[in-house]
Amino acid sequence: MIEVKNLRKYFGDVKAVNGVSFEARDGEITGLLGPNGAGKTTTLRMLYSLLPPDAGEIRIDGLDPTRDAMEIKRTLGVVPDSRGLYSRLTARENISYYGELHGMDRKSITERIESMTQTLDMADFIDRRTEGFSQGQRVKVAIARAMVHRPQTVLMDEPSNGLDVMSTRALRHYIRQLKAEGHSVVLSTHIMQEVAALCDRIVIIAKGEVAADGTAEELLQRSGCDSLEDAFVKLIGSEEGLLA
Amino acid sequence: MSGLTTVFRKEVRENIRDRRALFNSLLLGPLLFPLLFVGMMWFLESAEKERAEKTLELPVIGAEYAPSLIRYLEQQGTVIQAAPADPDGMVRSQEVPMVLRILPEYPEKWAEGLPAPVEVISDPSRQESNAPIRKLKGLLYGYGQQIGSLRLRLRGISPQLASPVMVKDVDLSTPKSRAILAVIFLPYVLMITAFTGATHLAMDTTAGEKERKSLEPLLINPVPRWQIMTGKMLTTMVFAMASLALTLVSFRIVLPYLPVGAFGMDLTLGLETLLKILLVISPVAILAAALLTLLASFAKSYREAQSYMGLVILIPMIPSLIFMANPIKAEAWMMNIPLFSQNLLIGELIRDEAVALSWYGMSIASTLVIGLVLAAMAATLYNRPKLIFSTS
Repeated sequence: MIEVKNLRKYFGDVKAVNGVSFEARDGEITGLLGPNGAGKTTTLRMLYSLLPPDAGEIRIDGLDPTRDAMEIKRTLGVVPDSRGLYSRLTARENISYYGELHGMDRKSITERIESMTQTLDMADFIDRRTEGFSQGQRVKVAIARAMVHRPQTVLMDEPSNGLDVMSTRALRHYIRQLKAEGHSVVLSTHIMQEVAALCDRIVIIAKGEVAADGTAEELLQRSGCDSLEDAFVKLIGSEEGLLA
Repeated sequence: MSGLTTVFRKEVRENIRDRRALFNSLLLGPLLFPLLFVGMMWFLESAEKERAEKTLELPVIGAEYAPSLIRYLEQQGTVIQAAPADPDGMVRSQEVPMVLRILPEYPEKWAEGLPAPVEVISDPSRQESNAPIRKLKGLLYGYGQQIGSLRLRLRGISPQLASPVMVKDVDLSTPKSRAILAVIFLPYVLMITAFTGATHLAMDTTAGEKERKSLEPLLINPVPRWQIMTGKMLTTMVFAMASLALTLVSFRIVLPYLPVGAFGMDLTLGLETLLKILLVISPVAILAAALLTLLASFAKSYREAQSYMGLVILIPMIPSLIFMANPIKAEAWMMNIPLFSQNLLIGELIRDEAVALSWYGMSIASTLVIGLVLAAMAATLYNRPKLIFSTS
């Protein structure tokens, strides 16, 4: 459960995030939708306590990232925009490194990697060095790495970036599975179809502010449009970013 | 602390698999420096020998004025050549290293028993002609001495009267202590090795991690940033230390093959000396790892970091060069100067001198203090978000 109230972050004159508020409940998938540069990544970085907010409040399961950074990091699973795998380590070693950093013991890491190899279909490449991995394989390893410690809340920044159709399907399937297990999932994206296909609640962000927020149906109703795409354009008030 | 050891273990494993890291830290320094040095000594020695053994070819102007001098030079193995038309030009264009000119008034002065003038025309700024010039002057001096004592004898005076003082050398240097003459460069090489051994890892674990975009995910883990940075620095220190140890071993193997000729040096480094040197230089590895990590953390990419490193390598060179150019007597207060004190101490160790324990203590402590201050700065650097996200 994530609660964000009136979050602000300025970089000099640039108001990257300017009063964002939303909620992400357990057992739901919340989509942060917005054009490139709308402030999605900055918002997520504040959620996982890498950036301190200038103003506003964040609560993740009651914890405040500015005060309980270590505690929050234990409950979060983050797949950031930069996947950054270590190319000289195998997929298994990459995942196991994060497990150790989370203080897990050897046995539970091994078991966890075994089960995630099944879930994410990684058996073919789990013991290969990640040098030369395809985008799909990279994302799978990045997700496994982020989920190794069984976090309650999952944050994903543009998870389907650069994935082909099959990989995207597999990814969506996995995200729905997380929802079914009762996790709170937040994903940021600029791809309309992804939101339509996955998200229970949609938070549209433009120019650092929340332009609209609700279920897909609520958004359609409020804008008076037939398709989510038209609703999106109408709600953010311009066509920018759709072509990106 | 488990985060720190996890980072350390992972960095070691990752970098052992990295050929570039292994090459830079564990092969380049330890093999290159000793081989380069011994190779250079062989080359110098053989060039020197060649020059010394080469017959002296000497163009002479006015040979007819001093037949006895010419005969003496020929007896000593000099090949006398005919007078050149333009002696100054020939020397200037390096056709010959020097020309001997016997002035016309030579016979007259000689007959009167006054100093008879000869000129050695040369350009001493040409280093390669110094050996033949020295040889010629030696011959001329020897001839002068011989004639001088003959003249005294003819007048019934003992030539000994002309040498009122006899100088005798009492040489207290030992084969060990003379060794420093040959290995005065060793502290310098070790100092540089501490830095070169650390360079690649310091860059790869910081700027490299940023460039590969793995820094952001790494920092999301519930491990304090200072532990992550310290784990990385520890890896860098271990590699620098390994580089130093290998270099020392490689010198130990190679030094006895140095062509030190007739100097009578004992160039074997005993195990105890080796360990002492390693102890003295280890704090430098810590200092280097901390300093390089600190600098590389500011860089956005491996390449950018590399461009800083070229300048940093000057830092260990300066004290060593000062010491080589201007050898001074080691004194207690100097032990407080990092990098400089190691130069002095290693010099003493190679000479096999007894060194006061307090000197070791001061040198190690002063270097460690600065190293740890730099390490503390580096460890907290990533608390600034600006440095995490500053990707190109």
